[in-house]
Amino acid sequence: MSSIHPDQVTAQQLAGLSRLPDRGTPAPGTGDGSLIDDPSVRSPLVLNERTFKEVTDIVCGYAENKPGKWWLPALMISGSIAGLGGLAILYLVITGIGTWGLNNQVDWAWDITNFVFWIGIGHAGTLISAILCLLKQKWRTAVNRSAEAMTIFAVICAATFPGIHIGRQWMAWFLPPLPNANNIWPNFKSPLLWDVFAISTYGTVSALFWFMGMIPDLATLRDRADMRLRASKTGPIVAPFIPIRVDAIRAYVYGFLSLGWRFSSRHWHRYEAAYLVLAGISTPLVLSVHSIVSFDFATSILPGWHTTIFPPYFVAGAIFGGFAMVLLLLIPARELFPNMKDFITLKHMENMAKIILVTGSMVGFAYSMEFFIAWYSGNEYEAHVFKFNRALPTWMSDKGAPYWWAYWAMIFCNVVSPQVFWMRKFRTSPAAIFAVSFLVTIGMWFERFVIIVTSLHRAFLPGEWGMFFPTAVDITTFIASCGVFLTLFLIFLKFLPVFAIAELKAVMPQASPHHHHDGHGGGHGQGHGHGPGGADHAKGGHH
Amino acid sequence: MSSKVYTTESGDVVYAMVAEFETPADLYHAAEKVRDAGYAKWDVHTPFPIHGMEDAMGVKRTILPMVIGVVGLSCAGLGFLMQWWMSGVDYPLMTQGKPFATWQAFVPITFELGILFSAFTAIIGMLFFNRLPQWYHPLLKKDRFLRVSDDRFMICIEAGDANFDPDRTRALLEGAGGKHIDLVEE
Repeated sequence: MSSIHPDQVTAQQLAGLSRLPDRGTPAPGTGDGSLIDDPSVRSPLVLNERTFKEVTDIVCGYAENKPGKWWLPALMISGSIAGLGGLAILYLVITGIGTWGLNNQVDWAWDITNFVFWIGIGHAGTLISAILCLLKQKWRTAVNRSAEAMTIFAVICAATFPGIHIGRQWMAWFLPPLPNANNIWPNFKSPLLWDVFAISTYGTVSALFWFMGMIPDLATLRDRADMRLRASKTGPIVAPFIPIRVDAIRAYVYGFLSLGWRFSSRHWHRYEAAYLVLAGISTPLVLSVHSIVSFDFATSILPGWHTTIFPPYFVAGAIFGGFAMVLLLLIPARELFPNMKDFITLKHMENMAKIILVTGSMVGFAYSMEFFIAWYSGNEYEAHVFKFNRALPTWMSDKGAPYWWAYWAMIFCNVVSPQVFWMRKFRTSPAAIFAVSFLVTIGMWFERFVIIVTSLHRAFLPGEWGMFFPTAVDITTFIASCGVFLTLFLIFLKFLPVFAIAELKAVMPQASPHHHHDGHGGGHGQGHGHGPGGADHAKGGHH
Repeated sequence: MSSKVYTTESGDVVYAMVAEFETPADLYHAAEKVRDAGYAKWDVHTPFPIHGMEDAMGVKRTILPMVIGVVGLSCAGLGFLMQWWMSGVDYPLMTQGKPFATWQAFVPITFELGILFSAFTAIIGMLFFNRLPQWYHPLLKKDRFLRVSDDRFMICIEAGDANFDPDRTRALLEGAGGKHIDLVEE
């Protein structure tokens, strides 16, 4: 018999930013121990035989400890860039849409390019959190939290652009079906209105999904702050002149946000049911959102836009570009944060590189199919757009496309560069993946630019033909949207649980209630024995 | 059977008895024993959802997905009616040479609204059935309980349960391998 005394163990301070020790050496030929060729052996999802406690300490440590020296300068730079966007938008609102390079012929350009670019990036997060959840891809647990965060920040950037491109921004409230002074409702037959509903639903559902996933992990942060408060009377305070303990603020804020979650199995039961339903409804949602975005173009009669291939082509492109952005963010994070490589293994990298290869090839197929249909349909306008407005370089013909370089930049970045991932050497090399992801991100921006601007700049009447040149306001607004995105992501990295702690633990081998029964230890990978947790189980199970 | 009120030596009302377990496997078997002993007001607290724990505890399947389905479909229907009434009845709007009320054009928004309200129902329903948010709870006062959010596994049997008896319940938890058995005050 024993009784609970105030626990000394809870007074444990974290090890700070130093790395936890590595355990064992990975078997030769398996990279960090996760690249296992034998299909009967599952790669370990968490390396170095981490215990549950270590997982909690590592992930909560990111939110509780001082970040690396790079964090504050990075935040200040990205925050300043984001601030420039505020100025650019203010100038736009008080002056007018003419401050962008738009003209009578090209009346959608960087604004809508940026909108589609950002909204597409969001799709990877939902694919990881919803579709991979339904497909029981357990490796998603290491990347879903940060990918979902990225989704929400990308949707915030995306939603800004249609909001400011409407011209009279103070009339934006005419977009939802609210009774207005003219007694007219919005036009429900317009794909632009479908877009309003699709984007707002997407943003809301993504945020709900993200928040719900975070409730248990916020409760973990709450409990740790509470434990430190109870264990000692002293601790870091907010500032020398504000005698409030940082942990008191943490306990209050994380406590409020975690809604009193107490890890009850009866709660988990409904939580998992709700989670599965959210995954189930987010799957058609994510497919519908970019389909509806593509309707903005596909339901018009403009050659280059009026194609039925757009919805699947846009969805594949969105996932493609989104995964590139996930990797662009996670590869540096993995280097900068201690122990993050235990969770984001080379296997995770390889899986995402494979998705990039698949979706990149799908996009490449769509590009070639556009050409095939332009020829096969016998529609001369369509053929003209693809030959003389997009692909034919000006140095090959007088009638060539002034934007040919944009088209070929897109082909190189999106179709050619991911092909290196056929070779394992490249898809398991973080540096190579980072380089390809960077190219893909550029390529996907060009894809939207090509679709929008090259189709508009030379429509049916040659007398109306014109070019688009971006102004300083165009460029500033776009760069600033990158700043907003990065600022939000940096804040997320510092203050919130960067990994889904509860989900990560649940996919570790010792989490299974039948763990000590199965002798094959498939979850451990090669070259690893039972970890300390596993050994405990074997003992505990046969008391 | 009306439940009796138990107090500790210091006179505090007892809320529940808790026991700690080392591993999910121990906890799973202990939960089966508590279930078979006929307790109703009890719970298992784990840092992550444990596969199959519903069966070990004898928890009935939640009706939440049904509720989400009903609300989601109803809201999709209402969303369709809204579009039909606004563009076909209240202020018929002739655009693109199409009829006033064209159901085909209303599909995307109907779908999106169905998803939107399903998602709200999922999270609000989950919290409602779980009686959350509840920022105060006796368990959260226990120092050891806070470690459940890290790597501990606990069973908590409420004193309000008809079968609760300080000695017999303690014996049951001990027999199931529970450590650090203790009472939790209201």
